[in-house]
Amino acid sequence: MNADSETTPLREMSNRVIDIQSLTMMFGGLRAVSNFDMAVPTGGLYGLIGPNGAGKTTVFNMITGVYVPTSGEILFEGQSMVGLAPHAIARTGIARTFQNIRLFQDLTVLDNVRIAYHAHAGYNIAEAITRLGRYSRQDRALTERAQDFLAVFNLHNRQSEIAKNLPYGEQRRLEIARALATQPHLLLLDEPAAGMNPHEVETLMELIHFIRDRFKLTILLIEHQMRVVMGICEWITVMDFGEVIARGTPRDIQTNERVVEAYLGKRAERGL
Amino acid sequence: MPHAQARKLHLPTWATTLFVAVVVYLGVWYAGKQGWLSAYWYQVVEIAAFTAISALGLNLIYGFNGQFSLGHIGFYAIGAYASALVTKDYLVSWSGSQAGGLSWIIAGLIGVLIVLFLTRLLRVGALNKRIVANLSIDLKKHEARTLAALVTLLMVAVVLAAGAACAWVLQRGLSIVLSALMAAISPAVARHVVLTIALLAGASVAALVAYLIGLPLLRLGSDYFGIATLGFAVMVYTALQSSDLVIPTMKGARGMVGIPTWTTWGWAFGTLCVVVIIMRNLLYSSHGRAVISVREDEVAARMMGIDIAQSKAVAFAFGGFFAGLAGGLYAHLFGFLHPSTFNVVKGFDPLIIIVLGGLGSMTGTILASVMFALLIEGLRVLLPQGFEDWRFVVYPIFLLLIMLLRKQGLLGRTEWGWMRASMPAERDIPVPELPALNSAAGEHKEA
Repeated sequence: MNADSETTPLREMSNRVIDIQSLTMMFGGLRAVSNFDMAVPTGGLYGLIGPNGAGKTTVFNMITGVYVPTSGEILFEGQSMVGLAPHAIARTGIARTFQNIRLFQDLTVLDNVRIAYHAHAGYNIAEAITRLGRYSRQDRALTERAQDFLAVFNLHNRQSEIAKNLPYGEQRRLEIARALATQPHLLLLDEPAAGMNPHEVETLMELIHFIRDRFKLTILLIEHQMRVVMGICEWITVMDFGEVIARGTPRDIQTNERVVEAYLGKRAERGL
Repeated sequence: MPHAQARKLHLPTWATTLFVAVVVYLGVWYAGKQGWLSAYWYQVVEIAAFTAISALGLNLIYGFNGQFSLGHIGFYAIGAYASALVTKDYLVSWSGSQAGGLSWIIAGLIGVLIVLFLTRLLRVGALNKRIVANLSIDLKKHEARTLAALVTLLMVAVVLAAGAACAWVLQRGLSIVLSALMAAISPAVARHVVLTIALLAGASVAALVAYLIGLPLLRLGSDYFGIATLGFAVMVYTALQSSDLVIPTMKGARGMVGIPTWTTWGWAFGTLCVVVIIMRNLLYSSHGRAVISVREDEVAARMMGIDIAQSKAVAFAFGGFFAGLAGGLYAHLFGFLHPSTFNVVKGFDPLIIIVLGGLGSMTGTILASVMFALLIEGLRVLLPQGFEDWRFVVYPIFLLLIMLLRKQGLLGRTEWGWMRASMPAERDIPVPELPALNSAAGEHKEA
């Protein structure tokens, strides 16, 4: 196969964060994703691209446990994630953001991040109700950690603002911050640049680089805007009609015939 | 001194709230003592207090956790009957001893907990899957499934039997010990002790039932959950009508009599305060934030590692607990229980109250409960004689107007005093040097 012949040293690296093997998702008779393979090495910035309806978000939903794949295997740090509940998968270290930002809209910026720390709350319900035991110390520590974390994203002076009142760019930043607060090893970004103007896209790209370097994690992102993908991804997988049609570096992808045919053909003029 | 007046007084929120609570408590108590409030109106205020408790429970389920429930009256009824069984037993020993009813309830609760614990310990659910997986190699799939189902059934039967046996043994022992204890304390003190135990027992039964039916039902979406809980309320109502077949003292459709009338203004108001404290402390903790996140966005909450099934069950159990407490207070106010009090139409009262007061506002719920009780009873006085039943025409019109003018309810989601979330102080934390972050912030300021 064309896709396999292009396998490069990256794929042979032993330290894979996530290893997806022949993943298939059927919705009734519809094959949304078929025989999807992908291995992401530790610390990489990976891209998953493809035209609308290619099945990219479906792949994300299977990784995070929203859908249970019809067949195939997802190994995260050597452990199978298939059939685990979404919250259990999140607790093993996979975090994600959504195409259409899904913040806890009516809650404050601080609470959005504090909820992400729930798995590490460190006190039980009885202690919470009586305010005895570990509650005071743990909850203060949790709050301060959340504030420190917001500061990393320059959002700490907006802690009491209601999330939905933030400007779009900051909502996106908060969503990424919230995902990172769960302390993931793998961050999935679903079209982070959707709905952004060129200037905002520029700052977003800087932010993604910053996150990767600071938090030492692996990032896998779905993106529509070629500028973003080509600009920051080190390795790209291209999907069309639920199948992988190409893999490679951004340079390879730009010249790949099948990709141009399936996807870039329409956009080639728009300044790649 | 003008200088002192100019400076604004900053009392901690708990102090102002405590002050208001004390004033309300003493005010009503004094008005009742002086005869300014007739016995009838005194009772109306008591009703308002425990209606608020029940409504707070429903607000936790619907307003804070986002699960539309129509079965609240069922938990109210369970709490009422269960607590009545305990106190009546103390008075007339219907079960043969002074604490038979209580020991049954406690033993039953522990029995169910043992069953729950054993099911989890033995991993009955996972076992089924494992058996199917292992046997599918040698057997046909349907054969493997049948075998696994049989084994699971056997396990469940053993676990249930173990729970029942434990409960039976426990009941004998508890009955003797508790009877001796109750006989030992003086009647004046015993009254309060027994009522406390009765309320807690009734509320615990309600909470446990809520937890158990919540686990499977809460998987349904919100609307379907509403219908399912409506079914639960109807089931409880029907069961109560023939309850005398199981426990003769409950008297079924004839109505249970002989319950001591121990609910006072102090009990109703005190319980309300305790419930407010519990609920407020729960909501402003990590567990409460998890409950609220489920209302905000279930999918996002799961991605944050929150076990939404657990969070929903917790909110539902606490809601059921509060309803059970309110039911217990109701039972001991009139000393008479009849299934028709707990019919489904009555069950809409707390729903009306929380929508009126504001979904997701404790303060609003309390205010609306008082308004609701005063409105219903006030109209009885205001309307001319012979037209009393018209109050069920007048008050819906009032509700309609409120909903048209203020869709979010009286208070929306705002809280007052101690019930309001306190924002932790902002701290001066250095921000990493990153042009992307600073430029984005700058851009916003210009806009």
